[in-house]
Amino acid sequence: MHPSPHDATGAVIDLHDLVVVLGRYPALAGADLRVEAGEIVLLAGPNGAGKTTLLRVCAGLARPVRGGGSVLGFDLIRERDAIRSGVGLVGHRNGLYGDLSVEENLRFWGATAGASRSDVTAAATAMAVDGRLLTVPVGRLSAGQRRRVALAVLVVRRAALWLLDEPHAGLDAEGRDELDHLLRRAARAGATVVFSSHELDRAKSLATRAVPVVAGRTEISHG
Amino acid sequence: MAEVSRLAIARAMFEKDMRVELRSRVIAYQILPFAALVMVLFAFALDATNVLTRVAPGLIWLAVLFSMIIIVQRTFAVEGADGALEALQAAGVDPIPVYWGKWAALVAQLLVLELLLIVTAIVLYSIEVRAGGIVLLVTTAISATCGLAAVGTIYGGLAAGVSGRETLLPLLVLPVASPVLIGATRAVEAALGTGGTAMTEGWPWLGLLSVFAVAFGVGGSFAFGPLIED
Repeated sequence: MHPSPHDATGAVIDLHDLVVVLGRYPALAGADLRVEAGEIVLLAGPNGAGKTTLLRVCAGLARPVRGGGSVLGFDLIRERDAIRSGVGLVGHRNGLYGDLSVEENLRFWGATAGASRSDVTAAATAMAVDGRLLTVPVGRLSAGQRRRVALAVLVVRRAALWLLDEPHAGLDAEGRDELDHLLRRAARAGATVVFSSHELDRAKSLATRAVPVVAGRTEISHG
Repeated sequence: MAEVSRLAIARAMFEKDMRVELRSRVIAYQILPFAALVMVLFAFALDATNVLTRVAPGLIWLAVLFSMIIIVQRTFAVEGADGALEALQAAGVDPIPVYWGKWAALVAQLLVLELLLIVTAIVLYSIEVRAGGIVLLVTTAISATCGLAAVGTIYGGLAAGVSGRETLLPLLVLPVASPVLIGATRAVEAALGTGGTAMTEGWPWLGLLSVFAVAFGVGGSFAFGPLIED
């Protein structure tokens, strides 16, 4: 997992007073977020509350017009490239190539991060996409299997901070249980997980802490 | 994370693009037949061997250009289908080698296409390739292909995140690629001796193609990242 070279506070995410404008409307209107290492934090809120935008800010993909802070110890505004290389974001799409097999996808993503072949094997095993699944084209996998491959990409990239936007969406009950199990295991292995979800009962049982997001603001900023 | 060289990322990107094509065979089963069909339709439309022989170099490069637009649309559709291009950005992967890898894969695919089109032109349009013109023909094909691939990759990336990209891409690419169309056509005319064109007339055009390829290759390397950024 990534170290936090500039981190003086010990927080993996330390953001304050974020304002992000999408088009003419503020998607975030003064949001704060602080997440400690090893936490599994749920961003809970209705559609349009700003959960996805907050995750994208944490990933260095959305630029705030006001506010700031740090992610993995890197400055949110000035060190976005460094943030991106230590963060893994899985949104509504998985970022995979449907024509390629599971192993080929993992090897490609591993090559972009300097991972070895043994890293790829270990990541596939950790996310239960090993064995015969390795040779199956990703386009032929179930939604749950594809999500596990996407998480294996985060493992092979050695992402220290996992940002997951509605990770349970599209999965059946078995797939959701398995996902929760894998996320808990990733957190035990040192990853910090921040995720959004509509399914509060399930998500709260997974999360170590919930942060309500309403109208572009976080209602609880500190755990 | 270990430092990864740009060459390693470019190689991974190139191998991935080629592997996707080998698996899907879209170019082999759809785009190569499309390009050959364009050549056949030109033959029907200009139904006179002397006319076809005269205009064959231009027809070949027009068919290459049209086919390239489809290939570029396809390759960036693959990147966008499950959000892979955005995932590359989100992972902080250096966009310069991403550009190089996609460019190299497009060059390889276009060279195969051009070989097919030249063979088709020899059969359908009765053109003759003189031995002395082969070097000019090959270097022209390589230079023009490098330039076209540079333009295609830049604008493919630019259009990838835009709605209406299917219609936008030709509008962006065709005007910018027109110097390649003109230069490659003149150089191939010289290589084939079309209409009594002397071989020496082709080399300056090859120079233009080389400058174009270098300019767009270097420019594209640095522009690709900002262009694909949201």
